[in-house]
Amino acid sequence: MKKFTMLDLLVLVIRRDLVLAMRRRADVFTTLIFFVMVASLFPLGVGPEPDMLRKMAAGVLWVAALLASMLSLGRLFSADYLDGTLEQMMLAPQSLSILVLGKMTAHWMVSGLPLVLMAPVLGLQFDMSAQAIGVLIIGLLLGTPILSMVGAIGAALTLGLRGGGVLLSLLVLPLCIPVLIFGTGAVEAVSSGLSIASHLSLLGALLVLALVFTPWVTAQALRISME
Amino acid sequence: MAINWFKYSAPTTFYGLAGKMIPWFAFFAAILFAIGLYIGFFVAPMDAQQGEFYRIMFIHVPASILSMFLYLIMAGYAALGLIFNTRLSAMMASAIAPTGALFALISLWTGALWGKPMWGAWWLWDARLTSELILLFLYLGFIALHASIEDPRRADRAAALLAIVGSVNVPIIYFSVTWWNTLHQGSTIKFSGTSMHIAMQQAMFTMLAACWLYAIAVVLARVRSIILERERNTAWVTQLPGIADLSEVKQ
Repeated sequence: MKKFTMLDLLVLVIRRDLVLAMRRRADVFTTLIFFVMVASLFPLGVGPEPDMLRKMAAGVLWVAALLASMLSLGRLFSADYLDGTLEQMMLAPQSLSILVLGKMTAHWMVSGLPLVLMAPVLGLQFDMSAQAIGVLIIGLLLGTPILSMVGAIGAALTLGLRGGGVLLSLLVLPLCIPVLIFGTGAVEAVSSGLSIASHLSLLGALLVLALVFTPWVTAQALRISME
Repeated sequence: MAINWFKYSAPTTFYGLAGKMIPWFAFFAAILFAIGLYIGFFVAPMDAQQGEFYRIMFIHVPASILSMFLYLIMAGYAALGLIFNTRLSAMMASAIAPTGALFALISLWTGALWGKPMWGAWWLWDARLTSELILLFLYLGFIALHASIEDPRRADRAAALLAIVGSVNVPIIYFSVTWWNTLHQGSTIKFSGTSMHIAMQQAMFTMLAACWLYAIAVVLARVRSIILERERNTAWVTQLPGIADLSEVKQ
C-alpha cells in the first residue's frame, strides 16, 4: 500500500470538503448574501452621505465579514459529527490536527474567499478609493483565514449543543477583535497617508500564530466534545 | 512526618476545610470593608482636581484589579483541571467565573459613574474601558459554555480549553486595543501624575484586601455548593449532618 503523507491527507480533506460544499451550493451563497446584505444595511441606517460612508467603509465591511463567517462556522463539523464521519476521522492513524487544518482551509475557501472577492464591489458602493480597496483586500486575505481558524475552536467546543450558533458567536467574537482592529487599521492608515506595513505585518503574525496553534487546540476541543 | 500535600485536593476533604475557612474570610472582609470605607469617606482628603468624585476609585480600582487577576487564576485552575484531571480544579474554575464577571461589571459600572462628571461622558472608547468590556465578554462566554453543556465532565474540559485560549489571547487583545486607541483617538485621559495622599493609599489598599477576602469567601462558598451538587449521589454527601437529617425527614 502506498505511503500516505501528511500533504496527501491535507489535500484529500480539502478536496472532500470542497466537493461536499459544491454539492450544497446554497450554503455558500447564503453566507455571501448575508455579507452583502449586512453591508448594504449600514448606508440605510446611517444615511447616504458619501464622506461618512467612506470613513465607515472598512469597519462596516470587516464587521460584516466577521458576522458572515460566524454564520457558516456552525457547519464546519456538524455534518461530519451527525453522520459519524468525524468519529472515523478521530480513529484514523493520521494526525487529527492535519485533518482539522484541512477542514479549516476548505471552510475558508468556501466562506472566506468569496467574501474577499465580493469586498471590492461593496467597497465601490461605499465610495472607497482604489488604494483603500486594495489594502482592504490584502487585509481580508490575511484576516479571514484567522477567523476560520479561531472560529473552528469555538465550533469544536460547541459541537452538538442546543443553541450552538449563538453560543459560538459569544465565544469567538471577542477572540477575533485583534483581527478586526488591525484589518480596519490598515485601511484607515492608507486613507490618512500613513504606512500600512505595521498593521499588515501584525495580521500576518497573527495568521502564522493561528496556523501553528489553532489546529492542535481544535483537535483537543474535538476530543473533549466527542469523548 | 510526611505531609500529604494532596489531602485537600479531594472534594471530600476540601468541602470541610472550605466550610471552616469561609467564616474567617467573610469576617475579615467585612471588617476591612468597614475600615476601608471609613478611611475612604472620612479620613482621605478631597482631591484637588477631581473633588469628591475620586472616592469612587476606592471600589473601582480594586474591582478592576480583581477582575483581571481572577481571570488568570480561573485559567490557571482550568489548566490544572485539564492537565491533571483533578475534579476540584475544574470546580474552582467554574466557581471563580461569576465572581470575576461581577467584579468586571462593577469596574465598568463605577467607571461609568466616575466618567460622567470627570470626562462628561458615561462611556469613552478608551483602551482600558474597551479591554475591560472584552474581559467581561470572555467571562460570560466561559459561563455560557459551561452552562450549555449538560455533562459536567465535558463542560469542565470544554470551558477549561476556552479559558486557556482566552488567557493566551488576552495580551494580544489588550495590546491591539491599546494600539487601536492610540492610533486613532489621540491622547487619552489618564491619571494625573501626582503622588497619592497617604490616607488615599491606605483606603485603596484596605479596600483591595477586603475585595480579595470577599472574593475568596464567595468562591469557597460557591465551590462547596458545586461539590454538593456534583457529588450528591455519593455516600459521604448523604452522611453529612444537615443532609442526613433532611433525608430522614423525607422518609
